Amino acid sequence: MIDTINTLVRKTPSWLLYLIGAAYPTWLLYAGFTGGLGVDPVKAMEHALGKVGLQVLIAILLVTPLRRFTKLNFLSWRRALGVIAFFYILLHFLVWMVLDVQILSQVKADLIKRPYIIVGMVSLLILLPLAITSNNLSIRKLGPRWRKLHKATYLAVALGGVHYIMQTKGFEYEPYIYLALVIGLIAMRKLPKKRAAPPANRQAA
Amino acid sequence: MAHRWTNDLTLDDVTPKSAYLNRRQVMAGMAGLGLAAFAPKAHAATDLTPTDFDVITQYNNFYEFGTGKEDPAKHAHRLTTKPWSIKIDGLVDRPGDYALEDILSKMTIEERIYRFRCVEAWSMVVPWNGFELKDLLDLAGVKSSAKYVAFETLYRPKEMIGQNSPFLDWPYVEGLRLDEANHPLTLMATGIYGKDMPKQNGAPIRLVVPWKYGFKSIKSIVRITLTDKEPPTSWNKSIPGEYGFYSNVNPEVDHPRWSQASERPIGGGFFAKRILTLMFNGYEKEVASLYEGMDLRKNY
Repeated sequence: MIDTINTLVRKTPSWLLYLIGAAYPTWLLYAGFTGGLGVDPVKAMEHALGKVGLQVLIAILLVTPLRRFTKLNFLSWRRALGVIAFFYILLHFLVWMVLDVQILSQVKADLIKRPYIIVGMVSLLILLPLAITSNNLSIRKLGPRWRKLHKATYLAVALGGVHYIMQTKGFEYEPYIYLALVIGLIAMRKLPKKRAAPPANRQAA
Repeated sequence: MAHRWTNDLTLDDVTPKSAYLNRRQVMAGMAGLGLAAFAPKAHAATDLTPTDFDVITQYNNFYEFGTGKEDPAKHAHRLTTKPWSIKIDGLVDRPGDYALEDILSKMTIEERIYRFRCVEAWSMVVPWNGFELKDLLDLAGVKSSAKYVAFETLYRPKEMIGQNSPFLDWPYVEGLRLDEANHPLTLMATGIYGKDMPKQNGAPIRLVVPWKYGFKSIKSIVRITLTDKEPPTSWNKSIPGEYGFYSNVNPEVDHPRWSQASERPIGGGFFAKRILTLMFNGYEKEVASLYEGMDLRKNY
């Protein structure tokens, strides 16, 4: 069963992932124009893109623990998922800037003055070089530095979770569940890799 | 005493539905050309075409029915509003439970088309039906020692399912200074567009204070208490650094997390233009004198 899934995952062409990834914002746009997003399609689209972007980022954090604890291997999807998440969060930012705030002076003021917007923006800026280097050429050119660079994902996702909590009004469970997931998934990577090897029998030497 | 205040917005401002549809088509067309976005200038909130009934009733902050804007429209049908009475107590000559139909039999219902500005920086124009709060207070007889009016929303978690969540400290409470409560603009609303108040909008009776952020306009009121102390208010209790007692609409005093300089009118689709927010939500002439000499930055 696990082998079948792993084979299917490995054989999924990345264009198919990108196609599915692009379908979601396209659907949002269509729904927004036809009343499917309610009477305030701007906020609905802005929030949906931010939330689904965060969900995809969390899915990326799941890849490593899934391999380790279940042998399910989604590694070959990870890069495409990362690019898709970046794309959603970029759109989330653009909808906020162009359709929601609209007034450039106010956009600038918000980017300087509002802590939750600054946190979100920093997260997006961290993701930018990661998205740009998500190709084979960059992997070859950067060598071991590529892996190091892409560890910044952890910080970007955590900031995304914090950004979500910071914009809530009263008390809501949902954003805290997201942040707990993010922290849990990052912390899991610190679990000891193997049971410590039994101490060598010193007397025998 | 009805008709103390005359609308600057009248029934003539109510646009027929067909005109709305046309406007939407025009906007959709503009969207195709990509022209509507990023307009260099925003205009002030002077276009007072009432917002569509469907929009007013499908986009609500009524956290007693959930935190989503569509939740109240989905869940408010559970609310039973008959029988309904309002307990009026505290510093009044005739305290007691006032049945809603007895109150209504003594009131003249007027139409008031008011701007409605949410603290979240969105807005609507709502044609309310109702009577002045002062007329209700006169019914109970306010004692001269009273300085404030406290309001309370129904607490009935079986019907108001949002009250099962710790989102706010239930029941929802609000308050006004007595002179604010007596102001002719301050309305006890019982309907919109000439229809009974929809449940998601605060049936059967709610407060409307058009120069304050929407959360001051407490819904589904069951109790009104006259006091000599500033009463606690729900959002102030929840996040005191962000929501004060006065909460007057003021484009110059930002909410700590967002600007209050402009607002997004709801109902215009993807390319609805932001408009500039007016001082006291456009009712400066009527209410500015209430706050003479007060630091509105401190008393936010």
